[in-house]
Amino acid sequence: MRLNCPLCGPRDRREFYYFGSEDYLNRPAPDALEEAWDEHLHLRANPAGITKDLWYHEGGCSSWLLVTRSTVTHEVHSVERVADRNGAQS
Amino acid sequence: MRIAGKGLIDRDTQVTFRFNGTSYMGHRGDTLASALLANEVRLVGRSFKYHRPRGILTAGSEEPNALVEILEDGQQTPNTRATTQEIFDGLETRSQNHLGPLGWDLLAINDLAAPFLSAGFYYKTFMWPRAFWEKLYEPLIRRAAGLGRLSPNADTAPYEKAWAACDLLVIGSGPTGLMAALTAARAGADVILADEDFRMGGSLLSTDMTLADAPALVWVEATLAELASLPNVRLMPRTTITGAYDGGSFGALERVGLHRAPDTHLPRECFWRITAKRAILASGALERPIAFPLNDRPGIMMASAVQSYLNRYGVAPGRSVTIYANNDGARATARQLMAAGVRVAAILDSRPDAPMAEDCPVYLGAEVLQTHGRHALRAIEGRHTGGYFRLDTDCLAMSGGWNPSLHLTCHMNGRPRWSEDLAAFVPSEGAIPGLTAAGAANGSFSTHGALATGYTAAAEALKHLDLSAPDIALPATEDAPYRLAALWQVKGKYRAWLDFANDVTTKDIVQSAQEGYRSVEHMKRYTTQGMAPDQGKNSNLAALALLADATGRGIPETGTTTFRPPFTPISIAALGAGGRGKTFAPQRFTTSDQASRDRGAPMIEAGLWYRPSYFPKPGETHWRDSCNREVGYVRQAVGVADVSTLGKIDIQGKDAARFLDLVYSNTFSTLPIGRVRYGLMLREDGLVLDDGTTARLGEHHYLMTTTTAAAGLVMRHLDFIHQTYCAAWDLRFISVTESWAQFAIAGPKARALLNSVLDAPLGDFPFMATGPVTLGGVQARLFRISFSGEQGYEIAVPTRYGEALFRDLVARAETMGGGPYGMEALNVLRIEKGFITHAEIHGRTTAFDIGMEKMVAAKKDCIGKRMAAREGLVGPEREQLVGIRSKSEFGSGAHLFTLGTRIHRETGQGYVTSMCFSPTLGEWIGLAFVKNGRARQGEVLRLVDHMRDTDVQVTVCNPVFFDPEGGKLRA
Amino acid sequence: MRYSGLKVITQGLFGNKGWKPAWRDPEPKAEYDAVIIGGGGHGLSTAYYLAKNHGLRNIAVLEKGYLGGGNVGRNTTIVRANYFLPGNSEFYSHSLKLWEKLETELNYNVMHSQRGQVVLFHSDGQRDAAVRRANAIVNQGDDAEILDVPTLKERFPFLDYEQTRFPIYGGMNQARAGTARHDAVAWGYARGADQMGVDLIQNCEVTGIDIEGGRVVGVQTTRGAIKAKKVGMVAAGRSGQVAAMAGMRLPVESHIMQAYVTEGLKPCIDTVISFGMGHFYISQSDKGGLIFGGDIDFYASYAARGNLPMLEHVMEAGMTLMPMIGRAKVLRTWGGIMDMTPDGSPIIDKTHIEGLFVDAGWNYGGFKATPASGWCMAHLMATGQTHEVAAKFRLDRFRTGHLLDEEGTGSQHNLH
Repeated sequence: MRLNCPLCGPRDRREFYYFGSEDYLNRPAPDALEEAWDEHLHLRANPAGITKDLWYHEGGCSSWLLVTRSTVTHEVHSVERVADRNGAQS
Repeated sequence: MRIAGKGLIDRDTQVTFRFNGTSYMGHRGDTLASALLANEVRLVGRSFKYHRPRGILTAGSEEPNALVEILEDGQQTPNTRATTQEIFDGLETRSQNHLGPLGWDLLAINDLAAPFLSAGFYYKTFMWPRAFWEKLYEPLIRRAAGLGRLSPNADTAPYEKAWAACDLLVIGSGPTGLMAALTAARAGADVILADEDFRMGGSLLSTDMTLADAPALVWVEATLAELASLPNVRLMPRTTITGAYDGGSFGALERVGLHRAPDTHLPRECFWRITAKRAILASGALERPIAFPLNDRPGIMMASAVQSYLNRYGVAPGRSVTIYANNDGARATARQLMAAGVRVAAILDSRPDAPMAEDCPVYLGAEVLQTHGRHALRAIEGRHTGGYFRLDTDCLAMSGGWNPSLHLTCHMNGRPRWSEDLAAFVPSEGAIPGLTAAGAANGSFSTHGALATGYTAAAEALKHLDLSAPDIALPATEDAPYRLAALWQVKGKYRAWLDFANDVTTKDIVQSAQEGYRSVEHMKRYTTQGMAPDQGKNSNLAALALLADATGRGIPETGTTTFRPPFTPISIAALGAGGRGKTFAPQRFTTSDQASRDRGAPMIEAGLWYRPSYFPKPGETHWRDSCNREVGYVRQAVGVADVSTLGKIDIQGKDAARFLDLVYSNTFSTLPIGRVRYGLMLREDGLVLDDGTTARLGEHHYLMTTTTAAAGLVMRHLDFIHQTYCAAWDLRFISVTESWAQFAIAGPKARALLNSVLDAPLGDFPFMATGPVTLGGVQARLFRISFSGEQGYEIAVPTRYGEALFRDLVARAETMGGGPYGMEALNVLRIEKGFITHAEIHGRTTAFDIGMEKMVAAKKDCIGKRMAAREGLVGPEREQLVGIRSKSEFGSGAHLFTLGTRIHRETGQGYVTSMCFSPTLGEWIGLAFVKNGRARQGEVLRLVDHMRDTDVQVTVCNPVFFDPEGGKLRA
Repeated sequence: MRYSGLKVITQGLFGNKGWKPAWRDPEPKAEYDAVIIGGGGHGLSTAYYLAKNHGLRNIAVLEKGYLGGGNVGRNTTIVRANYFLPGNSEFYSHSLKLWEKLETELNYNVMHSQRGQVVLFHSDGQRDAAVRRANAIVNQGDDAEILDVPTLKERFPFLDYEQTRFPIYGGMNQARAGTARHDAVAWGYARGADQMGVDLIQNCEVTGIDIEGGRVVGVQTTRGAIKAKKVGMVAAGRSGQVAAMAGMRLPVESHIMQAYVTEGLKPCIDTVISFGMGHFYISQSDKGGLIFGGDIDFYASYAARGNLPMLEHVMEAGMTLMPMIGRAKVLRTWGGIMDMTPDGSPIIDKTHIEGLFVDAGWNYGGFKATPASGWCMAHLMATGQTHEVAAKFRLDRFRTGHLLDEEGTGSQHNLH
């Protein structure tokens, strides 16, 4: 498996650390209900198909990456830097 | 029997090898199988279950029968295919899976018991009495089962791994692969051409056909010579593409030294990871056996193998050969044998309407029903449209048609497609992104078809690579149509084998269906068909066809079994190359490593680092003697320890303070410049992630320390929070762990020791202060922090000065009644002071559990704050950190119970995380988690440790045993 | 048809022609008292115990592929009860007791072999953790012992004790742990359930869960609608998709785990051995293949196949631990789909929909749980009450913080 890091180019899976679903990006407000935090940390759509999940280019540029890919075929559709997203700039 | 004038072996080079203790002679270019056949050795092994005599079936890596052990000095390699093993002088081999000599295998008794050993028999018996399974039945089964023997000695031979990348990977060097590689190479693409064989040319090496009006070999040699001359081509013979993986990744196993006498200069094997933009599968096809009664005798072989032995190795596998086939192709084998002067007893064609004209007897509508010869085939019997026959023959060459070698196309869950015309499965397009199957691997069985589709597959690949295919004229050659009538079994009185290697017969398949194991996956698992070393290459389709027949379905509806990687079995040593011994993981050494070893310190693993356990002195007989002495240094004089392994993260920017407030549970924006603060870091789920001190070096400059174990984890965590939640903040941080060597100097004389090395004596430098200092002109950082409860400093110098400073500090400490201390003393000192490590913050503890809930600042948000408030993570039923003390010895991992209760999980009150003998307090002390523990100080608990036979009473107390007011820290 | 050695002989004498199907191949009925979604090990054992322990007969197991085609048929076959957190301890203890009687219970030889499992440790810290675990196991009433290095050297002379990167400090042995023939477990439960009248319906994919007024009334399948008063979702790696049909998100992320088997070898490893520094565990099957595994591939996936990095890492671990296996050849590698939870422990619970139950989140430890999972899920579905040994496997525990995190790695699904 290879990911095309926006900064480093296509690299082997060995360079990356997998974290989990993009749900981890949506941190609820500090006073949000436990249900919202449960959604953030635990509950998952867990799709068999296209998913967006978070990878860290640990053996490269240290970028956190949002990867759009298929959990069925492992085809990678896009890789973007989390820091470049709207909303990451709060 | 060698045939004069035939074959590609080097007749001028004799090679001597041994099989079962007997010396034989072969030639360079021989495989073990061809050399054995040349020496008329027919019986080479025993079958898995029934221990039936077996000979060589094939001439390739799919061989199910001829598995042997290769012997070397102190090592043996089991299950080696005689059909692929090259011979070299001194090669020592022996047959496997028999009790007693190969010819007189005592376990052959299993064959007599065969009626009771049918598919799945073991699921129905051996159940009574229960205890007999482990004691009697299973040991007997295990001893009888298995194939070759592994050596009990470590495999210390060299193996390697490597990477390669290319535009186009061509898998297989037969006519298809050569034409594809030539086309792509001339177009300028970076090409890797890999073939599992030691000689390239594929099927063209085993034929007598012509290409462009010359022997095929001429074209093969010319093409290979051109490819070898091109800088953009890498030829990889002896290299099996073992698996297709995501993103154009392929696994490949190169046999580097395996074919030579053991030679320490060469790795035995090299495992390659090849990244290819495009790939062409030109792996050819495998011939199918025919499941006729008693079809497993030595001497019964694949027709293509007979042809291969004849043309490539100059060996006739028999003196009187019979051909048994359901297709036209096998006729060529007969003609070539006759042309070479080998007698062909008859051609048995299963088709009633097949051509008759041959220079030998031809029986149509033929069925072989019985074979004779215990250790080698002697005769066969059967019937044909004209009646019964009995033929004296010592070699039966069978051909049930061909299966494209599409295995790799299944590695990513691709399902092959059934072709009624070919009576075979063919690869599905796009099964492996970027890979195209061509030639026989895609069902084009003629040589012309191979060349043509090799060219077009390359042209298509070149299009994707933005290159254009050159015009290449295809050499003229045979283009015979493929004609066969499917033949899946010949029914008769005797057993007919499908899976030779696992001894699965046609009856087993029928029984499986009869018993309800009707799914192809059930059948496979119930009968073990396809699970032997040949991975079902010789038997899957026939088994599927029989299952379809038994269940009244068609073959495509019955399904396919999935071929999984690897294509052929790969040694663990090759896949795990680099893992043996110390190289399994990186080794990290501190700057004081050699100095510590010089002092005889046993070095222990701390994550990837090595740290000194203790520094023994003459006369000390137990590590605890040394440890107690070193504790004494710190408590009474001064001790020096290397703490460089702690993670250090340099954090800068206008928003650095804000960032630390977010990642730490406590507040760092209020930390004055030049001060250090202890920080607690939570995971977002509210449990403790790590702890450590962070110093404020400037208005916008902090230096964070992490524990040794969590350094990488914390860095990743910080990067995530930064890039996800506050990417726009003015903030940069980087790990500087390796940039600084850092030493703890602790004890009542710590300040005196420091002053002796600093360029200027230390002025006012209170507890938790930090500031720059110089020593010998070198800029250093000083922190007044303590992990021992004593007056303590940590001094950090650029790494290159670390060793010198350590040696200097230790020498000076020794003149002051102190010295170096290791991990054991460090542990005692921190337990006495109640400081926690990952033994306590083990991922299941909260700030509340360790008595630090007040460190979760009320006035700000922080990572983990919300989830730490979940009901299950607070309250008296939680196990809370306490101290325990006792006059009796106890150990970590012991469990604690209320006095008078029974010892059971349900009554457990907690457990011990850390313990030591405190030389300072003169008793055994420990840290423990106890339910509602903080409210139970003074209570006596029963400590039970079944592992150490300990059952003692301990008193619950404050976890800070030593100087709870902290006066010494501040002294 | 009852199986016995005598039956094997008499059938053998008559050409093995009299064997009856192990289970029927029934058409689905229009309505059942209870329907189990998922014909894997846990689904089959749930059906078995619903019939056996609770007297239900009108039950169907709906399987989209073939029986036992999920993780029960693609694991490393290890059976153990070596957990240390209350909640897990009693459950796996119960499961091991059921294993010990399983052949007799099912009249099917699942080849449960109590050959022992040794988990090695490689530091003082790991030793302390192992002792804590071993004590917890003994406190639960199961067996554990700590083996020192001389004992290990005697039993396992082929381990690398000196040259290795992470020297062996000792090991925790559980003598009652071992292995079982994985497929046979599924088949044994299937046959047992079938004999009590349970309909095992293969090639029947559930495509919808029918809910009316907050209670489940049936399921839609590729073989038609089936009414049911109770529905159990026992779909392991596919639990997410099944729960989605009921509008639920589960605390589960599906991951691949690869496993590996070598060609057959004469006996050389007689117990289960687990490396403590990096995931690697190995045993030898009765057929002679070395069966081993490591960690998951670490990225969410339903592909049921893995990639090279983890495969190579596992082989490297094998070489550092026991370099004598180098010449053994890996015959086949495969992947299973693991339903990973945020604390590494499973879920056996009701849902917010009446009559709809869930049994999921087995991470990569589901095989050994097969008997007790079915036992407790059947108890829950039949009585509406949680079984006492599965009381902590609550669906809402991640929200409430009543976690069962044996690894201590926290709310990241792939770290358990």
